[in-house]
Amino acid sequence: MTAPLDVPGSATEADPEAVLAGADRKAIQGRSLGQIAWMRLKRDKIALAGAGVIVFLVLVALFAPLIVKFLGHPPLEFHREKIDQSTLTPTGAFGGMSWDYLFGVEPLWGRDIFSRIVYGARISLLIAFLATLLSVVIGTVLGVVAGYFGGWVDTVISRAMDVFLAFPLLVFAIALAGVVPDQAFGMSGDTLRVSLLVFIIGFFSWPYIGRIVRGQTLSLREREFIDAARSLGARGPYIIFRELLPNLIAPILIYATLVIPTNILFEAALSFLGVGVRPPTPTWGGMLAEAARFYTVPHFAIFPGLAIFVTVLAFNLFGDGLRDALDPRGR
Amino acid sequence: MKRKPAVATFAVTAALALGLSACGGTSTDSPKESAGAGGGSAAPAQAEFNAAMSKVFNPSTKKGGTLKFVNSGDWDSLDPADTYYGYSWNFMRLYGRALTVFKAAPGAEGATVAPDLAKDLGKPSADFKTWTYTLREGLKYEDGTPITSKDVAYAVARAFDKETFPNGPTYLNEMLNWPKDYKGVYKSKDVDFSSAIETPDDSTIVFHLKQAYSGFDYITQMSPTMPVPKAKDTGAKYREHVISSGPYMFEKNEIGKGFALVRNPNWDAATDPNRPALPDRIEVQTNVNADDLDNRLLSGDIHVDVAGTGVQPAAMSKILPDPALKARADNPTLQRLWYTSVSPTVKPLDNIDCRKAVQYAADKTGYQAAYGGEFSGGAIATSLMPPSVPGAAKIDLYPSGADGKGDVAKAKEHLAACGQPNGFETNIAYRAERPKEKATAEALQESLARVGIKLTLKPYPQADYFSLYAGKPPFVVENKLGLAVNGWGSDYPDGYGFLQQMVDSRVIRETGGSSNVSVRIPDVDKMLDESLLEADAKKREPMWAAIDKRVMEEAVILPGVWAKSLLVRGKGVTNVFISDGQQMYDYVAMGVE
Repeated sequence: MTAPLDVPGSATEADPEAVLAGADRKAIQGRSLGQIAWMRLKRDKIALAGAGVIVFLVLVALFAPLIVKFLGHPPLEFHREKIDQSTLTPTGAFGGMSWDYLFGVEPLWGRDIFSRIVYGARISLLIAFLATLLSVVIGTVLGVVAGYFGGWVDTVISRAMDVFLAFPLLVFAIALAGVVPDQAFGMSGDTLRVSLLVFIIGFFSWPYIGRIVRGQTLSLREREFIDAARSLGARGPYIIFRELLPNLIAPILIYATLVIPTNILFEAALSFLGVGVRPPTPTWGGMLAEAARFYTVPHFAIFPGLAIFVTVLAFNLFGDGLRDALDPRGR
Repeated sequence: MKRKPAVATFAVTAALALGLSACGGTSTDSPKESAGAGGGSAAPAQAEFNAAMSKVFNPSTKKGGTLKFVNSGDWDSLDPADTYYGYSWNFMRLYGRALTVFKAAPGAEGATVAPDLAKDLGKPSADFKTWTYTLREGLKYEDGTPITSKDVAYAVARAFDKETFPNGPTYLNEMLNWPKDYKGVYKSKDVDFSSAIETPDDSTIVFHLKQAYSGFDYITQMSPTMPVPKAKDTGAKYREHVISSGPYMFEKNEIGKGFALVRNPNWDAATDPNRPALPDRIEVQTNVNADDLDNRLLSGDIHVDVAGTGVQPAAMSKILPDPALKARADNPTLQRLWYTSVSPTVKPLDNIDCRKAVQYAADKTGYQAAYGGEFSGGAIATSLMPPSVPGAAKIDLYPSGADGKGDVAKAKEHLAACGQPNGFETNIAYRAERPKEKATAEALQESLARVGIKLTLKPYPQADYFSLYAGKPPFVVENKLGLAVNGWGSDYPDGYGFLQQMVDSRVIRETGGSSNVSVRIPDVDKMLDESLLEADAKKREPMWAAIDKRVMEEAVILPGVWAKSLLVRGKGVTNVFISDGQQMYDYVAMGVE
């Protein structure tokens, strides 16, 4: 970490004595890596905005029932009185938007789009977070093992990564999600579908993290502090957990933040294709697929599209900011 | 290229074909203007909604002009042996003549069969297993060679080969008494098939059926009996240049883009009372964007959307609110029922009262909305047979209440009688690729929940829906598929053709593959067999209504809607009408101003 971090206020700059005193005090304080990163992040307004949106979305997902209770209608409730029965499109301007129905109503059944977007956030975020967690765990374990032990272990794991990366993931996901029965592995309904999607998305995206972790491990392995630890008699597990992993946290964190939006898009794509969570449970991708049938009512496509767009953008901006903060050389 | 024979997928293809065909009006009142196709003595055309439903719109006998057809897709094949679209059978009559033909007349009369190549309708033997047709005199192909009964026999035998012609109908393959291991004229080259078809002389043809069938004239009306000259047969390539036996012949055929038909100089109007043959030329464009097609049809640039399945949603939202455009539209009811099977093999639906509760609780207006509403979705169905199938009677055993949204009180009564006063849980299967079926499942989920019947949605892939899932009895029981969204349409307007595949318990196979998944009523099987032996069409019709009623009594089918389509009459087209036989505009009768 070479960059000078402190940006003293202009008032102190005007007074050389004060600068000197300030410099002294800072020299005494010292800062951890986390503190330094946090300082950089705080200065990145765009990343903070992204983080703000993410926090907001998570809160929305967590408190979905409460929000819908006050601002909407149950997501599965039909409101056919809001629909023109000859064209099956919403009556009223802008797809039936009103204070009662903030985002308007769906064509055909008149379900509240606002509530469905709010509940859709639960599925999207849940699957994206869990899938990312799964791929981070698998990727980190295999990446460190491959990088640290090298030799045939590395060869086997690296080839496995190549195989996984070459896999036609989308096609495989469609096939797998299509053939799994309604009850399997002791689960059924939405629980099964969510677990299945988490497994598919997480299990097939680990090599992206695995490769990065392996590369980092390879370079860290040759560093002096590892040599020092070895010469003091430290063994593999100790070195991995106490020396390597703490130094790998930054790249893992960065990459995880950037994988989440990809996973959100992937989940939306699978739902769009009809192999995601089963209807009538609302999902953003599923709503988009239905909206395609009613292209004469554009608002129906706009809201789920916007939801996906905003979420993915927020994660990407935050991820970029986080990378800049943790690893300024990558700038 | 080798494909599997289409025989196994018969029921499914049949359903598909009808989905793509269209129509049959709600022509309960007998048409005053059944002037045949050529009748031109009527009042000037008064454009109004449904004007071509039960009478001829803009009648004329004026010859000449070019009639322009456009197709948003393309024909499965132009070969009479290899096509299974309703519109294709309708259109093919312009360049081919079968033994019999649907009368070119609006409404119900258009669903009656008239002789075409044959002098008269088929003469059955006493047991309905042998049918004899005699050909007219003076029939010729476009090149002037005479058409003989041997050409018809050859055409039927060649259509047998479903590897060469995978698309065509298979009725004759299954009905006739073919020699064992017969494979069609190409693979079983000089095999004698006289056990199925005999041609004692050049003008007589005799069909031998395996089982009695009193409605055989409906079968000979289909395209595989259109004659094919053996000398000109090029097998799978014959579709590129079909030799005409009708009033028009191919001038050019640019595959993938379109083709043009011109008058056939060797067609003699004296031999053909069914075809007025008004236009001089017929032009067809294929693979045109569907929305573009609708716009051109509305602007008058083209005359007919040949597929006859109705306009796209975008055009519909333009037509319905505009009185001038709506006056150019027709909204026929098709011979197709969208329904939900209620399976008595799944508990607690084995109890008839639980099934009746489902009938009463279902919101039919929701069912209608799921399929697209009143105009493109269909009319709310209360029994199996659509009104345009001859013999259909009004049967409404489970009235839906005043607003059509179901009778919740009655449903609860029956739930109590069934011992499930608080409702029960079951699953509903539907085809994942079909948004309308998904919407149906959602609508039923919502309306049945009102009485405590909790449905879980189970989408299955459409390709294997009947072979592996909803059509496979053990799977239905194991996965508790109490309800299954389903649909059926017949290939020809005949009660037997409409009902048999849907209600005959003998078509249910333990290994899967049947679209009948819930009807197992011995009475019904018996009634179907009896109808086959009844010679008089007028006596057959009430038998089918009785079958319909019997099935409804058992409440094993929840009828949803009788499909409808919204068709637009082109500008300047004369002699426009919808016949119950074609279920869309009759293309043989049309002319241009």
